Amino acid sequence: MQIKTVGVAGTMESSDIVVRVEPNTEKTGGIVIHLESNVIRQYGNQIRKVINDTLTSLGVDSAVVTAVDKGALDCTVAARTKAAAFRAAECADYEWGGGK
Amino acid sequence: MSFDIDKIPNIQGINAIHGKYDEKKVPKKDTRVMRERQFQHNKIMPSLERAIEYSGLKSGMTISFHHHFRNGDNVVNTVMDTIAKMGIKDLVIAASSLNEVHAPMIQHIKNGVVRRIETSGMRGDLAKAVSHGLMDIPVVFRSHGGRAAAIESGELHIDVAFLGAPSCDPFGNANGYNRESDEGKACGSLGYAKLDALYADTTIIVTDTIVSYPNTPFSIPESHVEYIVQVDSIGDPAGIMSGATRYTKNPKELLIAKAAADVIEHSGYFNDDFSMQMGSGGASLATARYLREKMIQKNYKARFALGGITGQIVEMYEEGLVKKILDVQSFDLIAANSLKNNRFHHQIDASYYASYMNAGAAVNQLDFCILSALEVDTNFNINVMTGSDGVIRGAVGGHPDAAAGASLTIVVTPLLRGRIPCVCDRVNTIVTPGYTIDVVVTDQGIAVNPNRPELREKLLAAKLPVMTIEQLRDKAYAIAGKPEPIKYKDRVVGLLMYRDNSIIDVIREVDD
Amino acid sequence: MALSKLRRSMLFVPGNNPGMIKDAHIYGSDSIMFDLEDSVSINEKDAARFLVYNALTQLNFGKKEIVVRINDLNSKYGIDDLEAIVRAQPDVIRLPKTETAQDVIDCEREIERIEKEAGIPVGTTKMMAAIESARGVLEAYNIAVSSKRLVAIALGAEDYVSSLKTSRTADGVELMFARSMIVNAARAAGLMAIDTVYSDINNEEGFRKEATLIKSLGFDGKSVINPRQIPPLHEIFTPTEKELEKAFAIIEAIKEAESRGSGVIALNGKMIDKPVVERAKLMIERYEAAHAVYEEV
Repeated sequence: MQIKTVGVAGTMESSDIVVRVEPNTEKTGGIVIHLESNVIRQYGNQIRKVINDTLTSLGVDSAVVTAVDKGALDCTVAARTKAAAFRAAECADYEWGGGK
Repeated sequence: MSFDIDKIPNIQGINAIHGKYDEKKVPKKDTRVMRERQFQHNKIMPSLERAIEYSGLKSGMTISFHHHFRNGDNVVNTVMDTIAKMGIKDLVIAASSLNEVHAPMIQHIKNGVVRRIETSGMRGDLAKAVSHGLMDIPVVFRSHGGRAAAIESGELHIDVAFLGAPSCDPFGNANGYNRESDEGKACGSLGYAKLDALYADTTIIVTDTIVSYPNTPFSIPESHVEYIVQVDSIGDPAGIMSGATRYTKNPKELLIAKAAADVIEHSGYFNDDFSMQMGSGGASLATARYLREKMIQKNYKARFALGGITGQIVEMYEEGLVKKILDVQSFDLIAANSLKNNRFHHQIDASYYASYMNAGAAVNQLDFCILSALEVDTNFNINVMTGSDGVIRGAVGGHPDAAAGASLTIVVTPLLRGRIPCVCDRVNTIVTPGYTIDVVVTDQGIAVNPNRPELREKLLAAKLPVMTIEQLRDKAYAIAGKPEPIKYKDRVVGLLMYRDNSIIDVIREVDD
Repeated sequence: MALSKLRRSMLFVPGNNPGMIKDAHIYGSDSIMFDLEDSVSINEKDAARFLVYNALTQLNFGKKEIVVRINDLNSKYGIDDLEAIVRAQPDVIRLPKTETAQDVIDCEREIERIEKEAGIPVGTTKMMAAIESARGVLEAYNIAVSSKRLVAIALGAEDYVSSLKTSRTADGVELMFARSMIVNAARAAGLMAIDTVYSDINNEEGFRKEATLIKSLGFDGKSVINPRQIPPLHEIFTPTEKELEKAFAIIEAIKEAESRGSGVIALNGKMIDKPVVERAKLMIERYEAAHAVYEEV
């Protein structure tokens, strides 16, 4: 998935996270994450990992992510990252897993 | 009959005899009318500076304050600024507690006016600065009972106590409300100030309202007061106390409260003539409401309610559901007014409330108490002092005192606050040791301390969702993930004193 | 997740609110309904869909019945909702604004297709149809019998009163016909009937009045928008000791008749027929639910 523009998802409510995904214009590329969180000491690394893994699973290998976290659970971090990434890629071609 | 003092047999063996009466040595009779005397010959000093000067305060001494004005307090900052201007340095501050409003203390610490601090709690910028290594000597955090014991034993000697009072007469009878008017400021009980007034070498009452003698019934009697200073304002009434503590509408707090009330009902401690202490937190207040319904159903009355008192307890007193109130600290205006007007709403001091050196401490007569927690660990240890970032943001208060005294100690807490698990492997800071905690009630289950197996059986029989504390922790970790430990530097910035004044834990400088 | 035997309370949870989603299961409602429709603004439909999908597949809601309200299939969001939510396998999908049996049939067809694509046994996903218009009320019975997947039909009052050109009143006289139609249609079709929300969350007295009314009308339960409404609702649906005694007596009489090998069941000289037995069982279930103070989560 190609990040074309700026995509933002999430709110500043407690237990939510605002994730902003935009193209990485640096030559070095890759996924760069700027994270602010009220639980950064306890969960900062985990939040970064979830954002990174979610983007990677969508085939995104280059993006700048700015996230402001208010104690979101992993499933929320992933959901907001996905929503922001699809918006930034101007894509609505969702692939849902699930089923058995 | 004339006598020669030297010829009285064995007079050397009798104490407290100051020679022979001599009319030239005794003071002249004051024949002014009382009204006149109040204005012309009283303890009111023209200024705070003069009172400090007369008190003999010198560098290196210990001064005390109370925290009944909470975050509306002007007294601490006013006094400290004056002391700093007078050039006195190197003081020990022994406050019953400190609040956000006391951030200017940071400057006094930096300038050497303050050498070290003893308090029950600390919040805001001062707390943050201390957590980041502001002070050379660690701050000593004592429980209300522990502080009272240290004062009684003389180990914490107060040279000068500066005690704010919403009303005081010209001779020092002081109260936490004004008997002459319902207007003006009120804080209700002056329970923490009473002990300081009794034990301090010099007590200075700081008030903005001088009333007529005698301001009785008094909280602090004139016999404990040396000087009085009238200031423009002792504080901001909105910050001193709210009109009424409201019942929570937060559904999670209500859920916890209902479970806590169910625990009490089935614990074996819910009988006619029981005694209780309820906190002022949302969940513990709501517990009182659910308990009230159960009391009406069963026609039970409470013998007494202890501790910090709210309007809800007053309401139960006025309905006849609570027979007596023992009030060390009033939490809202309803409580303050009740203290003023209700015969059996009685003011007690910190020692009577909770000192371990006082065999009669009221906490020892508690059937049950509800306490809150920031964190509980799998050993049932409680933290109410440091936040999830490791920074000081709370107060010991009477937590360990009530927990140790009550026959049934219930701690109420959500399982998680935001993402932070409130049931965890090890609390950041131990304030209250786990052996004194009997039941932990969360929104997602109840854990009973293994040292109370009979209690566990009773709650299980009542179909309450009892699980182990480890299961509660696992549940929290399953939702939020296991938190990484907070990083601290080696340096100790705070000492947590248990109520017997042994060190139960330390607070270290946070590592950003 | 599991289908619920009782639907006294269905807690509405806005689908774009992670704080409310994560705690939805702790309040003791019989069902939880995550909403992708009216509580989610048009600009956040995609974000809410990701959130509810992740919540359903990653969080543990215990044994609660999970319902998801999708957008109607005439909107551009409905089909995307189904694509995601059927795969996340809630117990029930709630179809809003149901006007005709065809609406249910259309939705069922899509659900079946997605079930097949995802390898989910066809028929796993149950449905609930919300009736929210004058037309829908008149079609209530046809809607109720339109699909074997249906477990309940529900009244959505806000849109309904607009379509009637009236508004809500305190005593609910404007809803009398719709409520009667819906509960009657549900009973005729062997489904449950769920009443609409009561939005004045600080008016517990008004809520209790309305809940008492709809219980008398025959509804199985009510949608709630605040967890605080759950305890009074359950209290109203809890049988009295007298009702319970009667129910136990009926069950005893059945057992006794069975032990005698008799097909005729009688209590105090009166014949007991099937609906009476069913009612007795429901009373006992409601009683047990009310007195199993807490359930395993």
